[in-house]
Amino acid sequence: MSAPRTLFEKVWDAHVVRAGTAEAPAVLYVDLHLVHEVTSPQAFTALRERGLRVHRPDRTVATMDHSTPTVLTGGRLAVTDAAAGKQLDALAENCADFGVPMYGMDDERRGIVHVIGPELGRTQPGMTIVCGDSHTSTHGAFGALAFGIGTSEVGHVLATQCLLQSRPKTMEVRVDGALAPGVSAKDLILAIIAQIGVSGGTGHVIEYRGEVIRALDMEGRMTVCNMSIEAGARAGMIAPDETTFAWLAGREFSPTGAAWEAAVTDWRTLHTDSGAHFDRRVIIDASTLAPMITWGTNPGMAIAVDAQLPDTSSDKDPALARAYAYMGLEPGQRLLGQRVDVVFIGSCTNGRIDDLRAAAGVLRGRRVAANTRMLVVPGSQRVKRQAEREGLADIFRAAGAEWRESGCSMCIAMNGDTVGAGQYAVSTSNRNFEGRQGKGARTLLASPLTAAASAVAGAVADPRSLL
Amino acid sequence: MSAPWTPLASHAVLVARDDVDTDQIIPARFLTTTTRSGLGTHLFSDWRYDATGAPHGAFGLNAPAAQGAAILVGGQNFGCGSSREHAPWALSDWGLRAIIAGSFADIFRSNAHKNGLLTIALDAPTLASLHATIAQEPQAMIRVDLSEQRVYLPNDITASFSIDPFSKRCLLEGLDELGALVAMLPAIEAWEAACAR
Repeated sequence: MSAPRTLFEKVWDAHVVRAGTAEAPAVLYVDLHLVHEVTSPQAFTALRERGLRVHRPDRTVATMDHSTPTVLTGGRLAVTDAAAGKQLDALAENCADFGVPMYGMDDERRGIVHVIGPELGRTQPGMTIVCGDSHTSTHGAFGALAFGIGTSEVGHVLATQCLLQSRPKTMEVRVDGALAPGVSAKDLILAIIAQIGVSGGTGHVIEYRGEVIRALDMEGRMTVCNMSIEAGARAGMIAPDETTFAWLAGREFSPTGAAWEAAVTDWRTLHTDSGAHFDRRVIIDASTLAPMITWGTNPGMAIAVDAQLPDTSSDKDPALARAYAYMGLEPGQRLLGQRVDVVFIGSCTNGRIDDLRAAAGVLRGRRVAANTRMLVVPGSQRVKRQAEREGLADIFRAAGAEWRESGCSMCIAMNGDTVGAGQYAVSTSNRNFEGRQGKGARTLLASPLTAAASAVAGAVADPRSLL
Repeated sequence: MSAPWTPLASHAVLVARDDVDTDQIIPARFLTTTTRSGLGTHLFSDWRYDATGAPHGAFGLNAPAAQGAAILVGGQNFGCGSSREHAPWALSDWGLRAIIAGSFADIFRSNAHKNGLLTIALDAPTLASLHATIAQEPQAMIRVDLSEQRVYLPNDITASFSIDPFSKRCLLEGLDELGALVAMLPAIEAWEAACAR
């Protein structure tokens, strides 16, 4: 009988091509490499300079998402920024030259890289998945080991399908209790980051466990794993279960027939064994959680939506003072009622169909406040079509929100979708760093429910008042 | 691949803030480039320049004494957030060869070492004292010796730092990981065959 292992250890062990030594890191095999336009051009250049091929184009897939427009001009997605256009052209040319499949601008399967991987069934339990994007941790919701890499490493994986990796430590985050009405997966992960801090997970792979995690649907699990990086963690993982298998069944790249049965049998072994060791353990009681919102300039600066902002009189931390100055807020004040100029629903954190359903549920029969601009940006073209079939798009339009094409959009503000300097935006995305949504923009991260409720009020609002 | 990392002696530029994220190091609007070069101009753009494009006098990078520095001294959790390798590219392009901080985000450290940019983590009291010294004496010299993993700070303070042996070797020898992995392709292919990949 072998020693009990964590989920992480099982997936890691199954991908070690050469074990690590005191002198050298392990060589780790990558099952799926996701590529996008922003972090890949220099990697393809490195391959060209050395006359290398892409080792496994069949394990590589590219999409366009970060700098793509979300409005149609004359029925087409027209890129107006010359540098962004050149970068998108470079991706198309690189994929054609190296034989990498790509979901281009007009492809109905295009979307945010971390939305389409799962949606197409390319993301599967037990896989190792990497992408030149820190939110690759999203795919850990399926029991994959998925993490972000830099562009040099994108080149390594393109050329060899492998990475040199030191084995990270493990951390259990167990979430007990049950989420109250109006409290979502987004609120949970914001509360976890507020508790462990933005560097609390550094060097670790987090496994989220406990009854609250088991009760989450796949969209909620993806939201939780997505923001693992905001706690500094290398990756976040959740053991696959019946919820996972039911979600994946019948997707384009999911196994079928006997292969499906064999895969599920294998996937059922992907759980942490009883008695397995974690380097660190954190326990969260979810029953007391309220909807959360960030007030400052990193995702750890979060409070319950109806709470007072932290006092700084006894705290000499200059970071808090800087955050207050940037955000134009005062210690001790409440965010409820704070003017909101922009509401953004979307991103790899909260741009999936369930997120749009939640937001539309609040907006049905209501209007976006006159002082507020609301953008709804689906995570993928397929999410967009589904939302249109379900009548969600009509609800958003009737409420006065802008209904857009898919992409990263206002989360990273590379495509012209920006929040103005000094404006307040309630966003369902993942980062409230200074300038993240535009130079001088002030971001308040929250759930789709809180964002939609705030759009209706034109000010930060508690979604529980509208349920 | 970068040039072998040789011992360094330089004054330092001070960015005494914790949780400096890579969006601050290089804002996303500069990521539409398809090359690795030229990003130094935009390093810390939103902290360095005001709305009119004029330098913010108070920011460390703009201090006359900071010019020509090859070392940046930061706070805790330097380089958190996005995985963009444009962050070390921008730091290197500005002329930096080492970052001294209390701690580093994982992806940033990995990216930095792949670009000849050494990361040095110091304990909190040593770092606080270094911040105070640089604030008073911007031209104070710091020496870094990677082979002996030591940093020689002003006021005769010497500190050792840790680095994983492989990153150290890659930096010192200018070794290139891509080359090392490509040389392993036969072993990788054998593993793929054995493990049905």
